[in-house]
Amino acid sequence: MRREVPLIITAACGFIFIIQFFVPHPPLNRVQDVFNDWVNIIAGFAIVLGILNLLRVNLNKMSKKSKGWPYALFTILGLSAYVVIGLAFSGGRSFQNPGTAFYWVYINLFFPLNSTMFALLAFFVASASYRAFRARNKEATLLLIAATILMLGRVPLGEYLSGWLPSGWRLADLSDWIMDFPQTAGQRAIMMGIALGIISTSLRIILGIERTYLGGD
Amino acid sequence: MKKILAFSFLALSLSPAFSQVPAPATQVQAFDTPNDAGRSITIEWQISIDDKDGVVTGYQVLRTEAPEGEYTKIADSPRGTDSYIDSSPENHKDYYYKVRAVTASGFSDSEPSTAVQAMGQWFNRKRLNALIAVLIISGAILYFIEKARSGKELYIRKIAGIEAVEEAVGRATEMGRKIVFIPGIQDMDNMQTIAGITILGHVARKAAEYEAKLEVPVSRALVMVACREVTKQAFTASGRPDAYKDDMVYYVTDDQFGYTAALDGLFVREKPAAIFMQGAFFAESLILAETGNYIGAIQIAGTAQPSQLPFFVAACDYTLIGEELFAASAYLSKDVKLLGSLKGQDVGKFFMMAAILVGVILASLGVYDLSRLFTVR
Amino acid sequence: MNFWQKLLAVDRRVIFALVAVAVIIPFFLSFPIKITVSPPVQAVYDYIEKLPPGSLVMISCDYDPPSAPELQPMTETMLKHFFLKDLKVIILGLWPQGSVQANIALEVVMRDPILKAKNLKYGVDYVNLGFTAGNEFVIIRMGTDIHAAFPVDFNGTKIAELPLMQNVRNFDNIAFVFNVSAGYPGTYEWVIFGVDRYRFKLGAGNTAVQAPLVSPYVQSGQLIGLLGGMRGGAEYEEVSHYFGKATGFMRSQTFSHAVVIFFIIVGNLAYFMTRGKRT
Repeated sequence: MRREVPLIITAACGFIFIIQFFVPHPPLNRVQDVFNDWVNIIAGFAIVLGILNLLRVNLNKMSKKSKGWPYALFTILGLSAYVVIGLAFSGGRSFQNPGTAFYWVYINLFFPLNSTMFALLAFFVASASYRAFRARNKEATLLLIAATILMLGRVPLGEYLSGWLPSGWRLADLSDWIMDFPQTAGQRAIMMGIALGIISTSLRIILGIERTYLGGD
Repeated sequence: MKKILAFSFLALSLSPAFSQVPAPATQVQAFDTPNDAGRSITIEWQISIDDKDGVVTGYQVLRTEAPEGEYTKIADSPRGTDSYIDSSPENHKDYYYKVRAVTASGFSDSEPSTAVQAMGQWFNRKRLNALIAVLIISGAILYFIEKARSGKELYIRKIAGIEAVEEAVGRATEMGRKIVFIPGIQDMDNMQTIAGITILGHVARKAAEYEAKLEVPVSRALVMVACREVTKQAFTASGRPDAYKDDMVYYVTDDQFGYTAALDGLFVREKPAAIFMQGAFFAESLILAETGNYIGAIQIAGTAQPSQLPFFVAACDYTLIGEELFAASAYLSKDVKLLGSLKGQDVGKFFMMAAILVGVILASLGVYDLSRLFTVR
Repeated sequence: MNFWQKLLAVDRRVIFALVAVAVIIPFFLSFPIKITVSPPVQAVYDYIEKLPPGSLVMISCDYDPPSAPELQPMTETMLKHFFLKDLKVIILGLWPQGSVQANIALEVVMRDPILKAKNLKYGVDYVNLGFTAGNEFVIIRMGTDIHAAFPVDFNGTKIAELPLMQNVRNFDNIAFVFNVSAGYPGTYEWVIFGVDRYRFKLGAGNTAVQAPLVSPYVQSGQLIGLLGGMRGGAEYEEVSHYFGKATGFMRSQTFSHAVVIFFIIVGNLAYFMTRGKRT
């Protein structure tokens, strides 16, 4: 029964969702809203599970003084501080409003830290491009040329370099053409393949043919 | 003088701008809004002939429940509009509508509509094309699953990324370093996460067989629960239930870049030998892949996010592109039923290619816009 | 190892250092830059320009702090454009920090002397509905009843009590929706679950990485227009003449692109110079 019950629930929910897409009549029109509410409630409680696991794993690391345990201490301190500040020092329901301690932490710590991580992309793009954009063969050469046109076309430098060319042949125009045609065509093809993959995987899961996600075969 | 003034006043009062009563809206039709759950009636009308001259300032929609009953206003519509959707009626109750054309100083009502009832429909006809597509593609998938079950040999091309799983796990065992598996940053409601978790099952089984250390840091609590179950079952199926520890699979944070920072730290400190990134990724994909490349790990990535594929291709050793991620489970298990479903997918692809070819020809000749058949409302 | 081989094996930290210099130096320079406005950006601007004063517009801020440096400038410019055109603005977020980012943008925008003089009132001229969990289901729910999707606003006030929201039940009265998006849920969900079902007019601003994914919808007409990345924000500042941070940041982007192209050229040169030796 341990395997059968989840499979039955999966099949039932799968078919209900497929049917409700085509049947607008009540009560099927409410299915999405109801299930969405249930998912939000479950996900909300699941966060508690996640946080408890986070605390357990990091406290364990600290107590055993495992490799990297100071990072575990920092994690717990950060989590606790933010929770305490939000609950106790930020004016209740309006904790996200400007002027509260929570908002101060958000603007002065959370925002710059997250932006910094995202900004790493600028450096990694440069190092990845240096390594990847080599004219090893015909396809790689084509990729290299397209990438160069696009990089120049997306910044004013491209306009300075190619402004003298007739309209339609400037780097910005070529860059727009690459985005509008070959790039869009490629994206659409990949998205169609993905859509079919999702349909096939979903069907296998609903019919119980695919069970690996439940554990075992 | 008085006669001139009186005549002027008469002339002005007869002119449209100063007329008290505009021409009414005509041909008022009210009908149940189709393809919905009910509680909606659409009212359409022909605009007043005085609308074009700017005399009419707008329309009011009036409603009553009895043909001789008092009409009450339910909505205002600007001039030029010729329809309104009433979203407040009760189902299976008669309603009558009138449209009132309004000027600055007067109004006139149309003839009332016939009785109309709102009701829900049992089938959304606008989605008939989607139903046909679902039946064709699902039918093809089920047909080939049955055919595969009957013993027919099915050819599936090699997918380098999946062939390399054993190589990656073996490398980790030889070097005595970890395998890190990242099932993406989305939750269990994303198909890519489920596809990633099915691959985790196979990787975990290989790791158990090879006695390699496996670590699965996750970004969602529900994913943690599912990954634990899959990993535990994989270790048990390999005959090594004792080697499984719950702490192999642990939650980090829901925050995208908090998770990325934690993973980067893990990579740089622990220097895993093999990194699997299988699931839905966003901007963190390049950060993770470049860091993995920097530490010299063998990296096998797979995602159905088209925008992240170039980053994985540039920085990882092997990449499962789009649908290859969903095919991986079938490929790894060699289960005939799963392999049959891949063949069914190919039928869907053939159908799409044929539609594109026909559509391009028809559109180029200016005959017909085939994309209309594929619009889903 | 000869010079070219050393170049091929250059420490990535050299690349990082040069990129850092390329990004930082332009902050201390102020040279004019030429931005050509592309048709998808022009389309968004033209559509908003045609909206009569008093029209209701919606802006959905579906991003968080990591994407804010790229998307915040276009949010600020868009809000400015809306307020200067005397449009009524409904702000919301499908990401938890989205509506907070919108508040930050509002703070910046309201410092403008012209907007200060308009004395815009919260609840009458604009509202911030905050965040509701549910991703694309929130969009679907808004199509039937916005008050059910967002029962209270960012401050916890019932939206039925806000004058601006009293006659707004769904997308019917909303003249234009602008979605600023960094991922999921984002423009893709707004198109599939919003435009295709409820037929409202949608424009979008995306990160440069997401923009190619969404550009097919501009071609198909499901999107009125698209602002792609920092460049899209700078183009919108150019066409609207409400110059902000995006135009300035384009200087750094120009230099950093030039550095990356320089390294690509050098890398290929080194590759060809050493290819004979390797084979």
